[in-house]
Amino acid sequence: MLSLYGTDFASRLLLGTARYPSPAALAKAVRISRTNIVTVSLRRETAGGGSGGAFFEMIQELGVSVLPNTAGCHSVSEAVLTAKMAREVFRTDWIKLEVIGHHDTLQPDVFALVETARILSGEGFQVFPYTTDDLVVAEKLLEAGCRVLMPWCAPIGSAMGPANQHALRALRAHFPDIPLIVDAGIGRPSHAAVVMELGFDAVLLNTAVAAAADPAAMANAFALAIEAGRQAFRAGMLEPRDMAVPSTPVIGKGVFQ
Amino acid sequence: MNVLVKGVGVAGLAVAVELASRGMAITVTDHRPSLEGSASWFAGGMLAPWCECESAEQAVFDLGRSASDWWEAALPGHVRRHGTLVVAPLRDAGELARFADRTMDGATWLDEEGIARLEPALAGRFRQGLFFPGEAHLDPREALVGLQQDLAGRGVRFLLGRSDVVPADNDFDRVVDCTGSGAVGKMQGLRGVRGEMLYLHSTEITLSRPVRLLHPRYPLYVVPRAAGRFMVGATMIESEDNGPMAVRSLMELLNAAYALHPAFAEARLMETGTGIRPAFADNFPRVSVDADAIRVNGLYRHGFLLAPAMAGEAAAVLAREAGRLDAPPQNQRRAFR
Repeated sequence: MLSLYGTDFASRLLLGTARYPSPAALAKAVRISRTNIVTVSLRRETAGGGSGGAFFEMIQELGVSVLPNTAGCHSVSEAVLTAKMAREVFRTDWIKLEVIGHHDTLQPDVFALVETARILSGEGFQVFPYTTDDLVVAEKLLEAGCRVLMPWCAPIGSAMGPANQHALRALRAHFPDIPLIVDAGIGRPSHAAVVMELGFDAVLLNTAVAAAADPAAMANAFALAIEAGRQAFRAGMLEPRDMAVPSTPVIGKGVFQ
Repeated sequence: MNVLVKGVGVAGLAVAVELASRGMAITVTDHRPSLEGSASWFAGGMLAPWCECESAEQAVFDLGRSASDWWEAALPGHVRRHGTLVVAPLRDAGELARFADRTMDGATWLDEEGIARLEPALAGRFRQGLFFPGEAHLDPREALVGLQQDLAGRGVRFLLGRSDVVPADNDFDRVVDCTGSGAVGKMQGLRGVRGEMLYLHSTEITLSRPVRLLHPRYPLYVVPRAAGRFMVGATMIESEDNGPMAVRSLMELLNAAYALHPAFAEARLMETGTGIRPAFADNFPRVSVDADAIRVNGLYRHGFLLAPAMAGEAAAVLAREAGRLDAPPQNQRRAFR
């Protein structure tokens, strides 16, 4: 089971709710993927204080846990304010914390991220920080009170897949007991399988599913890949062997050289 | 048959056209004092069934394909059949292939020269593009005004604004409710989707057709209007807030317009506007029928594209009802797909 801030979940796939062809298409993807958690961007959908109204109601009727996020925030104060609004709207202490440092790549501002995480943790929020794959930043986030980490594996929306497996493996090795969720950069199910094989606990997807020609079918493909990657990680995999390097003798050769 | 049509957006006017052509007596009402302010007033006016399939079901294509002909018949001379040009910045070239994959084989690929031949103003700015020759556009405001004038000339009565003479529903044989986002909260499953747009004026750039700029986060279209005006749209925000345009949205649209052509930096910002698109959960419109009214709603971002087909369906329902006035009263709901 995936355990996040004391709650257990069967599914290791988290789905974003933006950019689907329609709320009906989103609902179908949620159902078929069997996800237990969806993220909702509060700031984008409220257009400056107004209510998301019917759309938020539809999200809450999906029957899954809602993880509000602070997408679009570029500063500590914006992120804190958005988190507080989200707590009121969705009645949850969960917050997926995004503090954007670069408007084009949407790379997180890790300095502001750590500071905001500390403030929000102090106010009783359970923070899911969207961060890079930097090990030291991860340590600082844990010091700030986070008990889940959500590193990218490539820039948001890039669909590049795990760009630096070494960094991802280092995160897993250094934080064996912290749930690690890859957030951003996944383009196709094989990418998700790779990070799950590395021992990551879950994968968060949005564009890769929402912008697929058939979002529901793609959601299912990802669910299968994530499950396959997880089972493979637990089953223990062969390590690759470099056959270009000679080692033991070959039968029939019979001579040690 | 004496029919009350509620709403002077594109749905209400299209319904009035269909009913008037069937010889019915029609009154059109709206709480607004004029045509201004409805979602239709802020529309792009693109008759683009292929391009819309990028994010919509094929049913949008099937129902929207004859829209250009309907508009040409209703308002001769208003429809410009110049197709649609779709371009993408070099980094997002992959989006073009994705777009082409999803748009019902309606496009031909263009290289730099092909783009320059179609739109000389964009020469040298994009390496590749898609051209949808079967698409068209019109000016929504001219079209709405034109329809109203034409209908008034044919004896249709318009009662707009908070007038004392607004008639009661039961003064009529039947009511067709086309109140769009005005029905949010009253109609099961109907929600509003905020759309923000702006008008620019530039004498430096000339475009002959709608141009769509693909971007993973800020897709944009620019639709040329008469006299150097350009409509730039549009955001899609899940909210029923119809307040003024947000700064973020304005910056995103202007950035994208600038990416399409830097000369837009010298354009004048003539207007910003916000409309609330009415939509059901599947973002597909419906004609539903109950004892109180025939309801045409949920046209989402496809008002000018799908209103003709939906108006035709509503008129067909009315004609069937008129043909069996002696039958027991109907209290059914049906979805038109």
